[in-house]
Amino acid sequence: MCGIVGLFLKDKTLEPHLGEMLTEMLVTMTDRGPDSAGIAIYGNEVNTQKKLTVQSDNGTEDFVTLAADLSAAIGVDVSLNRKDTHAVLHIPSNSIDTARSALRELRPELRVMSAGDTIEIYKEVGLPSDVAARFDVRKMSGTHGIGHTRMATESAVTTMGAHPFSTGPDQCLVHNGSLSNHNSLRRELRHEGIHIETENDTEVGAAYLTWKMQQGSTLGEALDSSLEDLDGFFTFVVGTKDGFGVVRDPIACKPAVMAETDQYVAFGSEYRALVNLPGIDQARVWEPEPATVYFWNH
Amino acid sequence: MQTFDLEQNDLRTLNATLHAQKTNTNQTAWNIINPRGSHAIAVGLDAPIEVTVNGSTGYYCAGMNQQATVNVKGSVGPGVAENMMSGTVIIDGDASQYAGATGHGGLLVIKGNASSRCGISMKGIDIVVHGNIGHMSAFMAQSGTLVVCGDAGEALGDSLYEAQLFVRGSVKSLGADCIEKEMRPEHLAHLTELLTQAGSDAKPEEFTRYGSARQLYNFDVDNAGAY
Repeated sequence: MCGIVGLFLKDKTLEPHLGEMLTEMLVTMTDRGPDSAGIAIYGNEVNTQKKLTVQSDNGTEDFVTLAADLSAAIGVDVSLNRKDTHAVLHIPSNSIDTARSALRELRPELRVMSAGDTIEIYKEVGLPSDVAARFDVRKMSGTHGIGHTRMATESAVTTMGAHPFSTGPDQCLVHNGSLSNHNSLRRELRHEGIHIETENDTEVGAAYLTWKMQQGSTLGEALDSSLEDLDGFFTFVVGTKDGFGVVRDPIACKPAVMAETDQYVAFGSEYRALVNLPGIDQARVWEPEPATVYFWNH
Repeated sequence: MQTFDLEQNDLRTLNATLHAQKTNTNQTAWNIINPRGSHAIAVGLDAPIEVTVNGSTGYYCAGMNQQATVNVKGSVGPGVAENMMSGTVIIDGDASQYAGATGHGGLLVIKGNASSRCGISMKGIDIVVHGNIGHMSAFMAQSGTLVVCGDAGEALGDSLYEAQLFVRGSVKSLGADCIEKEMRPEHLAHLTELLTQAGSDAKPEEFTRYGSARQLYNFDVDNAGAY
């Protein structure tokens, strides 16, 4: 089944409450996905710095000297903000590539969840309320965010099988549905040199978008071609640095509801996820059309 | 008028209370407040009562309805009035996918738009949509009438049996074995009656009738390889 929530704020006064609002929405979707949960949050941008969110099952050991070790290895200041099994590294923009290479040497077992100017991705196995509490999502502020509750069908319940999946700098993907051609597409994408870690179908969808964008497509074009190349059921929500997009497969059996007011654009797998949003009774509420790419940008 | 607050009481209590109403109940009017998108509101009713839902609902609102009139003052999620047997269900807003699916009887009115698979496998229900409907509507519809005052999406009436379809606006595409048909006086009379019941002022003569060509392999085995 799976549940998706998304919130894109137009009203800056709501930004301090983004984490709180998204958590409410996410927890409402627990019935649709009690296995695992995840959230991509687009927070404040610090000029000349990039964020790298990493995950470790053994954060106590892996994170304790990580900032110092990385600073020593690449010769620039790096700071680290740990949240449970995840940590956000703040790295000078012009050192991001050397930092990522150094990280592979220093801590090969660390998994990179996201990279970019503003994005942070947190995801773990467990009930959405527990996952949100572990990362203290309620206290997070930001311009927009996407959350996912997973009911696994195509691959194991693991941290790396949870959503969102990173598709590139400041980009992520969440999925409700199941792709039926993910095995053949995974082989093709690996042949093209794209790194795919798990047997998860959505990771293949994310890798497909990454590959298309490496080939020169915009995200919108990549989503358009996904309608041709991906077989199966999907409602996708994608996050970008300045907004988010929605696309559903032509059959559109996976649910989607959108609401828009002067203050926000919101997405929910069900209307229940939206009922606590301010002014929802006056919002324009509609179901996104099948095989149609929608985008909202700042 | 009985008021039931879904913030104060749970859904199971609501449906049990409504199920306890017998045909001769004197508590004939029910007002449900704070539905907040909940699923399965007013499902399985079987008494001539009037239920008003003040807000939007989730999945399967008013499913399996018999005798009752259910009016939702908002929009509904997937599967509204699924397998309805009789009575009337009126949605003031929009309906999500498979509205009125497999319905055997009664009248479903959607004052906004309905999305995909509206009236899929309908078996006698009448459905009037004031707005548009999505793709694959009336798929394998067996009997009953689907009236669309706006436009219809792709593959309308695919593999249709004996249901009658009336569309005022455009049809993006017709499904397999669904064809445009002549509008005869008896069809106009039936359509006029349904539009009146549904509170629509659309003019019956502006509609086109669609139905089964009866050429699919289940009608004509010689066409078994044609699709």
